[in-house]
Amino acid sequence: MNKLSIFTKGFFKENAVFTLLLGMCPTLGVTSSAINGLGMGLATTFVLIMSNIVVSLVKDVIPDKVRIPAFIVIIASFVTVVELLMQAYVPALFESLGLFIPLIVVNCIVLGRAEAFASKNNVFYSFLDGAGMGLGFAMALTMLGAIREFLGSGKMFDLVIFPEQYGMLVFVLAPGAFIALGYLIAVINKLKKA
Amino acid sequence: MEYVLIFISAIFVNNIVLAQFLGICPFLGVSKKISTGVGMTGAVTFVMVIATIVTYLVQKFVLDPFDVAYLQTISFILVIAALVQLVEIILKKVSPPLYQALGVFLPLITTNCAILGVAIMTIQKDLNLLQAVAFSTATAIGFGLALIIFAGIREQLDLVDLPKGMKGTPIALLVAGILALAFMGFAGLV
Repeated sequence: MNKLSIFTKGFFKENAVFTLLLGMCPTLGVTSSAINGLGMGLATTFVLIMSNIVVSLVKDVIPDKVRIPAFIVIIASFVTVVELLMQAYVPALFESLGLFIPLIVVNCIVLGRAEAFASKNNVFYSFLDGAGMGLGFAMALTMLGAIREFLGSGKMFDLVIFPEQYGMLVFVLAPGAFIALGYLIAVINKLKKA
Repeated sequence: MEYVLIFISAIFVNNIVLAQFLGICPFLGVSKKISTGVGMTGAVTFVMVIATIVTYLVQKFVLDPFDVAYLQTISFILVIAALVQLVEIILKKVSPPLYQALGVFLPLITTNCAILGVAIMTIQKDLNLLQAVAFSTATAIGFGLALIIFAGIREQLDLVDLPKGMKGTPIALLVAGILALAFMGFAGLV
């Protein structure tokens, strides 16, 4: 596998949200607007890159039996770093993402990549894999956030496109998340087969 | 009365799956049959209540006195992971039939964000221990309710003739969306 395909597979072929259906909780929970989706996506990307790098650095030191707990500790440390950084520099975003920031720890994508990729590959490849997977995840969240924001409140990235009273409020609320993601995956399935 | 409100709020109004988007992975993953849904619900209830109690004690007696609240995420996830292992070992020894029923689901639970989510929410809401027990039990019941209703609908969905792209996950998500819409009818109850 060459370097480019390690990086790009996270966007389409193995996109965490659309193909592997991992990390569904933040995908549905925070995408009420494009900005929130992007913020969550980038926070996860950071954790994914850093934990992939560290895991691939220490993979030969950790005994096989305790590797999963060790990975979880590594991931949890970086999640705490992100949590504190966001609280300090982007408090508004931190407020609106709320509970979902500490929950990056249990995002299956992060542990999944540590176990499936970083524990078997060198540092540079692990970095590429983390970046690709993370940005693919961020892309999916931003897309879903933009669609929900547009249909629900007539805005996109806070830019007004049509007046808010014509929006379908349900898309900003909980049911809209399920419905929008359902149709989005259906469209992508269709495109992939064609 | 206060406890009744906690129950109604956690089961219907703020349903953990359909309103708060926690525990979506098991919700989509093990909802193909009602029987597995029931097993998963049992395992989640069991672990969620114990985990909430233990993390509550960790917060009150370790994190707060030593002023290290920033270690919350790390310590909670470690406690939960250790607890799941412990529960698995104890169940295997003490109650083999229960282990048979719940065993397969236990390892999956460590990465169920509903467990960590409820543990953190309990601290954020500043509940006392008894309220925390009520809250976690009710949340687990809410999870089970959503999961079992959803599994029941999905069993029927197998018989439906669908467009190709909609099969599998997309239609499941749409059903979940409509279910969430139905649960929104409970808003304002509390």
